[in-house]
Amino acid sequence: MATMALSHLKQGSKTPWFRRILEFKMYKRKIQGYSITQTMLRHRWMKHLPVFSSSVQPISTQSDKDAIDLSKFPVERIRNFSIIAHIDHGKSTLADRLLEITGAIVTTEKNKQVLDKLQVERERGITVKAQTASLFYTHKGHRYLLNLIDTPVFYWIVDDCPPGVLLIVDANQGIQAQTVANFYLAFEAGLTIIPVINKIDLKNADPERVEAQIEKVFDIPREECIRISAKLGTNVDRVLQEVVERVPAPTASKDDVFKALVFDSGFDHYRGVVANVAVFGGRVRKGDRIASAFLGKSYEVQELGLLRPHEQPTDGLYAGQVGYMVAGMKDVKEAQIGDTLYHQQHPVDALPGFKPAKAMVFAGMYPMDQSEYTNLRSAIDKLTLNDSSVTVQKDSSMALGAGWRLGFLGLLHMEVFNQRLEQEYNANVVVTAPTVPYKARLSSARLIKEHGSEEITIVNPAQFPERSVVSEYLEPMVVGTILTPDTFTGQIMSLCLNRRATQENMLYIDEHRVMMKYIFPLNEIVVDFYDLLKSLSSGYASFDYENAGYQAADLIKMDILLNGKSVEELTMIVHRQRAYSMGKAMCERLKGSIPRQMFEIAVQAAIGSKVIARETIKPFRKNVLAKCYGGDITRKLKLLKRQAEGKKKMRRIGNIDVPKDAFINVLKRTDK
Amino acid sequence: MTNVTMIKRVLFFKTITVPFSSGSRRCSTRVSTGELKAAVTESAQPSPLSGEASLYVHWPYCLRRCSYCNFNKYIPKADNSSIMADCLQRETETLLRLSQVSSITSVFFGGGTPSLAHPSTIEKVLESVSRHASLADSAEVTIEVNPTPVGMSRLEEFHRAGVNRFSIGVQSLQDKDLKLLGRDHNSQHALRTLAEARRLCPGRVSVDVMFGRPGQTLGSWERELSELLRVCDDHVSLYQLTVERGTALFKQVEQGQLALPAEEVMAAMYHSARTLLLQHGFQQYEVSNFARRNAVSHHNMNYWKGGQYIGVGPGAHGRFAPLGEGRAVREARVQTLEPDFWIQEVQHRGHATRRRIPLPSPLGLLEEVLAMGLRLTEGIAHQHWHIFCPEADLQTVFGTYPDVQNLLLSGHLILDDRGLRCSWDGLALLDGMLPTLLLALEGHMSP
Repeated sequence: MATMALSHLKQGSKTPWFRRILEFKMYKRKIQGYSITQTMLRHRWMKHLPVFSSSVQPISTQSDKDAIDLSKFPVERIRNFSIIAHIDHGKSTLADRLLEITGAIVTTEKNKQVLDKLQVERERGITVKAQTASLFYTHKGHRYLLNLIDTPVFYWIVDDCPPGVLLIVDANQGIQAQTVANFYLAFEAGLTIIPVINKIDLKNADPERVEAQIEKVFDIPREECIRISAKLGTNVDRVLQEVVERVPAPTASKDDVFKALVFDSGFDHYRGVVANVAVFGGRVRKGDRIASAFLGKSYEVQELGLLRPHEQPTDGLYAGQVGYMVAGMKDVKEAQIGDTLYHQQHPVDALPGFKPAKAMVFAGMYPMDQSEYTNLRSAIDKLTLNDSSVTVQKDSSMALGAGWRLGFLGLLHMEVFNQRLEQEYNANVVVTAPTVPYKARLSSARLIKEHGSEEITIVNPAQFPERSVVSEYLEPMVVGTILTPDTFTGQIMSLCLNRRATQENMLYIDEHRVMMKYIFPLNEIVVDFYDLLKSLSSGYASFDYENAGYQAADLIKMDILLNGKSVEELTMIVHRQRAYSMGKAMCERLKGSIPRQMFEIAVQAAIGSKVIARETIKPFRKNVLAKCYGGDITRKLKLLKRQAEGKKKMRRIGNIDVPKDAFINVLKRTDK
Repeated sequence: MTNVTMIKRVLFFKTITVPFSSGSRRCSTRVSTGELKAAVTESAQPSPLSGEASLYVHWPYCLRRCSYCNFNKYIPKADNSSIMADCLQRETETLLRLSQVSSITSVFFGGGTPSLAHPSTIEKVLESVSRHASLADSAEVTIEVNPTPVGMSRLEEFHRAGVNRFSIGVQSLQDKDLKLLGRDHNSQHALRTLAEARRLCPGRVSVDVMFGRPGQTLGSWERELSELLRVCDDHVSLYQLTVERGTALFKQVEQGQLALPAEEVMAAMYHSARTLLLQHGFQQYEVSNFARRNAVSHHNMNYWKGGQYIGVGPGAHGRFAPLGEGRAVREARVQTLEPDFWIQEVQHRGHATRRRIPLPSPLGLLEEVLAMGLRLTEGIAHQHWHIFCPEADLQTVFGTYPDVQNLLLSGHLILDDRGLRCSWDGLALLDGMLPTLLLALEGHMSP
């Protein structure tokens, strides 16, 4: 089964993990919802509990009372780990099992990963939820605190205390594109990687073949793989044992000054911001005055505790521990992910690497009807409240009215956002086809002065600077990994070639499966690449990508003309090499969307004054009702008046009336 | 500006003398000058021409359902012809009283299949008309005829009952197409009925013919029309088959069992028919209607000219001012659709008007005058427009509107000293122009 890639923001950064988390962050928002009760669910785990109420405590096999005296818990018995997996390889199921064995949640049928999913989750087999949980586990007579942190967020500990990563691979499907991407990110970050082969209970499971793949592709000895069935619980205990034995303990010390990292944050209507923090040194207690490095504001700690995975208040958090904190922050922007917290009296150097993640995929969003503008605005506000990685910019289009231009970290990010908007807020939205941010290096000293820098980012084609004032244009690139049965290799290669991709390498991971790496221009994959790949491989190929900086590109501005008049909202930036095919496709789509009129319409794509593609919409030769007598007048007039009303709402370009629907058809992202 | 002054002068001199309907050329005696004067001087009032009206009588029954028809028709469950006759008579009388028109200018029996009605029913209705208003001997009285042997056998009696014009639903001369369309006649029946009708009412027989039928080609249509032109009388109505939702034909087309000619072919069929008819001496006087020797349908002309009409029978539509109730504003009226309910209501209160919508003068009425008037090749004459809209002439309302100017420039529309009308090409594209013209009108009336 092919799967959608999560986009990773690496972009030459030294702290890839950190960026990653931003990309993943959005997944958890669903749970927070905007629930009205105090027992609002911080984590979806709680949905698995039989009753939603603050009084419900998990039934624990161990005594939590001891565990809660965290001040006595030695750092050497703490392990931090996360689970990474290709979509649908069983990450959530394994996480559930781990929580069950450690007593964090009750073992019930309800723990099945089937409840309450977003459509995007079901379709793409991903889970939009956070899984940060502290587990107590006894191994060889000692109690350990295992911090399971969803999403590989351990970038901050890389130097101090490298965490472990469980790399889950489906015993039937084997290594997929995302497995590879995940592996390399973990590997480059120097993390301890424990390969886990899941679903060995499946009839077609072939763990040996998968072990061979792992050995070949990742150079990890096959003996190090753990074969499990998360569904049945087979061998899951061994996973925890290996975490304890293989993953090093953090090196943080309780005696240092307090220093903590915000790695996630959410919003609760009653308590304000709830930040998830990892304590890197010292300790923090309820009532402490703390400050944040990013904004320099100070707060009083009102509540803190462990995530087990529900919130379990404690008196303090200590070095090496992970938990949540409420400190009277009113806005999620006060709890920036990557920010450092410290005691107000003892400022520390900020932890390295916080830079706001850059939006890499942009899409316009417009209410279907302008009367819905306010509703849509409040829906977008609510969604972005918990996902500060979405950039929001007001925009307006002559065809689609007032709306916004939203920036996302990647394609899946955008998809999740859109679906939540649609499903949770019932918003009727026109989403335009995604575009990417281009750059231009200015050559004119005057312009450089004007912009304050030599390089400018171009999000809107209207801002595209003339060739004459530019020394070069740049476009964002990605490294794409494709895994596929070798029968599709040829077709996939020609698809990639078509998308201006260059092959980096190609490797048989076993007798039948090929792994290919390509460098793609990002804009070549944002629209329909994934869907095409999926369809030409009957769903067997998988794809993942990560950002790979910018590269010089021969970019040009392409205008779309209707009877010689340029249609501003259809102007686009394209690569010269793709101008013809893009222009042709655009003309064809417009031809199919603009109703025939009294006269001929020339639909043209042009670069400067040069027309590169043309379609003709032939005029009506007959458009008149045959029978119109006494009994037909009412109906006929009603129809005509509706058309007249519709005409008022159309966008006039030259002498051509273009209905809004035509713009929607052309501008919106195509359905899968 | 000289143009405008000229138009005004024309209006000034001609207002009084212009005949109401160009269709009245054959029967000009029918419309007295007195009535016309009354009509014109009344024009400041909301309802022009309220002294006269045409009458439409709807016979709702058919023997079977044609596969393309979505009209208001019913397969009769039992013989209730005498009740129907009584009710039609009664409703005619009630509505004539309500309208207080002094003259009925034409009568049209449509359906359904009115040729299934007993000739005595026709006679009774016409008697009612004569009792409550003047109906000149020469007034056009049309009945739609299904060219079946039964229909044909009744023509003479219909004629005797007062019918002086037949409209024959030939539709096609291809037997297989007639079957496909679900008609209950064949081409032989059609030809015989046509001959009989022409014998009875020479020069006053119309044939309906349909193009754009499944499987039809341009060549076969041209041959068929030529064949028809050899046998027809002086009036032809030709209609493009429209596949309406909810009909058997719609289903068959939807499911791909039948394929209609492509849109371009349909357009070519229409254009070639217009040319062919012209070559045979037929003047096109409306989008779908052609006449030789001035044999235009006066009754239909009244619709296109925005005259009053009274609708009687289940589902019939009317447009008149109910002066009998003391209201001078013209209303759009619809009678109850379903025959059994219609009968009950007529028996109960003399008529079965289900819906009455006052036409919000002057815009509502002008919209109808415009949309209907431009279907005529002669279009809307300045004098005619003045009757309905004395405040602003055509040039003022339409000539200054930029989108209309484009249509004038492109030659689809003509505005000159005669009035506003479609060009030959423009007529085939009227529905594409009307929204623009309606916007111009709206812009003028409510700026």
